[in-house]
Amino acid sequence: MIDYISSNTEVIWRAFSEHVFLALIPVLLAIVISLPLGYLAVRYSKLYYPLVNVSSILYAIPSLALFLLLPPIIGTRVLSPLNIIIALTIYSVALMVRVVADGLNSVDPTVTQAATAMGYRRIKRLFSVELPIALPVMLAGLRVATVANVSIVSVGALLGVGGLGALFLRGLQLDYLDPIIVGIVLSVLLAAVCDSVIVLVQRRFTPWSRVGGRA
Amino acid sequence: MAGAEGTWSATLITFDEVSKTFPDGTLAVERLNFELPTGKITVFVGPSGCGKTTSLRMINRMVEPSSGRILIDGKDITSQDAALLRRSIGYVIQHAGLFPHRTVIENIMTVPTLIGTDKKKARSTAMELLERVGLNDSMADKYPVQLSGGQEQRVGVARALAADPPVLLMDEPFSAVDPIVRGGLQTEFLRLQGELGKTIAFVTHDIDEAIKLGDMVAVFKEGGHLAQYATPRELLENPASDFVAEFVGRDRGFRSLSFDTSDGLVLDPVDSVRAGSEVLVLDDAGRPVGWTGPGIAPESNPASVAGTFKAHDSLRVVTDLAITSPVGIAIRVDENGTADGVIRHQSLVRQLDERRRQRSGVTT
Amino acid sequence: MEYLEFLLDPANWELGQSGAIPALVVDHLFYTALTLVIGALIAIPVGLYIGHTGRFAFVAINAGNAGRSLPTLGLIIFLVTLIGFGLVPVIAALVVLAIPPILTSTYAGLRAIDPASVDAAKGMGMRPLQIMFRVEIPMALPLIMSGLRSATLQVVSTATVCAYVGLGGLGRLLIDGIALNQYDRVVAGAVVVALLAIILDLGAAALQRLVVSPGVSGRALTRTSNTPSKRAVPAGSDAPPSEAR
Repeated sequence: MIDYISSNTEVIWRAFSEHVFLALIPVLLAIVISLPLGYLAVRYSKLYYPLVNVSSILYAIPSLALFLLLPPIIGTRVLSPLNIIIALTIYSVALMVRVVADGLNSVDPTVTQAATAMGYRRIKRLFSVELPIALPVMLAGLRVATVANVSIVSVGALLGVGGLGALFLRGLQLDYLDPIIVGIVLSVLLAAVCDSVIVLVQRRFTPWSRVGGRA
Repeated sequence: MAGAEGTWSATLITFDEVSKTFPDGTLAVERLNFELPTGKITVFVGPSGCGKTTSLRMINRMVEPSSGRILIDGKDITSQDAALLRRSIGYVIQHAGLFPHRTVIENIMTVPTLIGTDKKKARSTAMELLERVGLNDSMADKYPVQLSGGQEQRVGVARALAADPPVLLMDEPFSAVDPIVRGGLQTEFLRLQGELGKTIAFVTHDIDEAIKLGDMVAVFKEGGHLAQYATPRELLENPASDFVAEFVGRDRGFRSLSFDTSDGLVLDPVDSVRAGSEVLVLDDAGRPVGWTGPGIAPESNPASVAGTFKAHDSLRVVTDLAITSPVGIAIRVDENGTADGVIRHQSLVRQLDERRRQRSGVTT
Repeated sequence: MEYLEFLLDPANWELGQSGAIPALVVDHLFYTALTLVIGALIAIPVGLYIGHTGRFAFVAINAGNAGRSLPTLGLIIFLVTLIGFGLVPVIAALVVLAIPPILTSTYAGLRAIDPASVDAAKGMGMRPLQIMFRVEIPMALPLIMSGLRSATLQVVSTATVCAYVGLGGLGRLLIDGIALNQYDRVVAGAVVVALLAIILDLGAAALQRLVVSPGVSGRALTRTSNTPSKRAVPAGSDAPPSEAR
């Protein structure tokens, strides 16, 4: 195992950094896209069910199928990393829209009324009252999306763009467990690190959600 | 205490030296000895953590005593399988604990279904019970989420009665509903008990509820001791300790007056207040209209009489009237509303004092 | 239109023809069903046990997250490399991926039960198994069902990937299409497997409506009130995209 790692450091590092890139860019894009969509679903409650239903249908599409369906639709090449990034963004948005909407919906209406009564305007109230209160729910969703992304990226290896997934294929071709184990361990570690970072962010920015005793 | 001397001819539930220590070492109940009379409501009351709920839950073996025995009709409850025992005891809890996945009628049919009663028969009994607890037929196929808190409690009571158990255990059944609904539920519960005559153990932390509902009241104090076991009246008039007196509350003397009717009071004739410093104005039929007199109200606009009492009203009502009357005089009327006697508060206080002395003479 | 050639060719839809789309769908469904049955037989009893007793709760709580973070392709290839090609390692990998969502949601479903209902059930004389089957499971069913639904998505999706290690099913069209450089074959496989996944998900949603009492799904409330209250939108009654593929 150590032999394998020391003699392939560069390959492993390249696969790992590609993995990080492919998994996390979609998370950032999804945050930017799902916040306004989720807000719209709350502001105009008629949009809630259409948005949630479309999300769950998109989410149901198997990842390999989505990777391969995107090229003719958006005009990319089959082997382009863009397919992976866009597909993962779609999954993350599908998951996050609902979480953002449910998070905002979970804000006690008396709290928003109190804020309005104290003179908050709508936008100011959204950023200083509703979003902070909804943050724990939204971050919980973000954790799920991030961890899932890290895991799915490797499927992209079947199309030649899959970060650590390349190590799995290498192992299968050579009938050799070491690269497979290294790939799995790194992938799980990456997921765990991302997950912990979000948990730390949540602790830092929503201290009130811990003092209640129930996490 | 009352039970120990065997005052009750037919005792249904007996606590015999019952103690309960929880695994963490908490002593919940210590050497409990008392008897719950047949067909009556016995209320367990006390501050939180006093062991009243634990005591109740030992009756259907939801909690097993660490030592001592509980007997139902002289039979040790541990001689029977716990599940079978529980099916013969109705059980009502604070938030009703209805099954959310079952309709109202299915909830009520729970125990009959368990003991294998014919479906049709169980359903018709359940429908009768629904009506009995004051719910409409249309409620039968609703789910618990569709009910109000008060309706949930009614269904809870109906469910407990479904297999017609002789014993009913009720653990703060009305404490989660608002005061107005609670008052209505209590009154209906008393009416229902009047028809059914079950032996009921009832837990509450509300002394007013205990006084209102209990035939007997067991006051618990911290550490699971029985501080007093007595009728509500005895509790108000002769609290056994400072703890009980404190728990029963400041106005216990006043409240105890509600146990006696005003029949024994000596009244003054109405004529005694037709002239002088306070004058009672009557209409043509002799019904009180109001009070006039110097410093009270001009003849043209008499002061309100602040209510009247009838022959069987309680001393509490009379005392309240004497206090609220603008002239300190309570007026009694007959069935037609005609004034037939008055009592001044001085005279009332004197008579209440005599009554107190007589009563304490009897008990000591 | 050349993308759709394979999909629209009637020859590829012949029933009973091995390698044609219908046969591949049947294979895919077979793997999915087999995996779900095995996964449920393991995860539901374990979830019930943990939820009921509270013992080993950390297993159930962390299973979901751990399951999500396992790279599916890595797990499959690991088992195949370890055991060899064949149905067993692949189904084993799929089962491993199906268990966490079912286990976690069964546990969560049991924990979410109002203790008053269980207390009432016991107090009315139900025996432990009666409490389990007549009270706890029906009350936990919305979450158990949504766990099964997540697992279904996960398995359908991963079974597609499994074609790479020799499994049949719709993944064959994708993997063979890539290998043969026949993109219309790839499109056919992707479209059919996407539709299959969506249909299965909708089917699972319908099944959920059928077996979950309206009293716990929140439908009883929406039936009577026209204004959707928050209670009327329960978690887990409609497609929570909460688990990974």
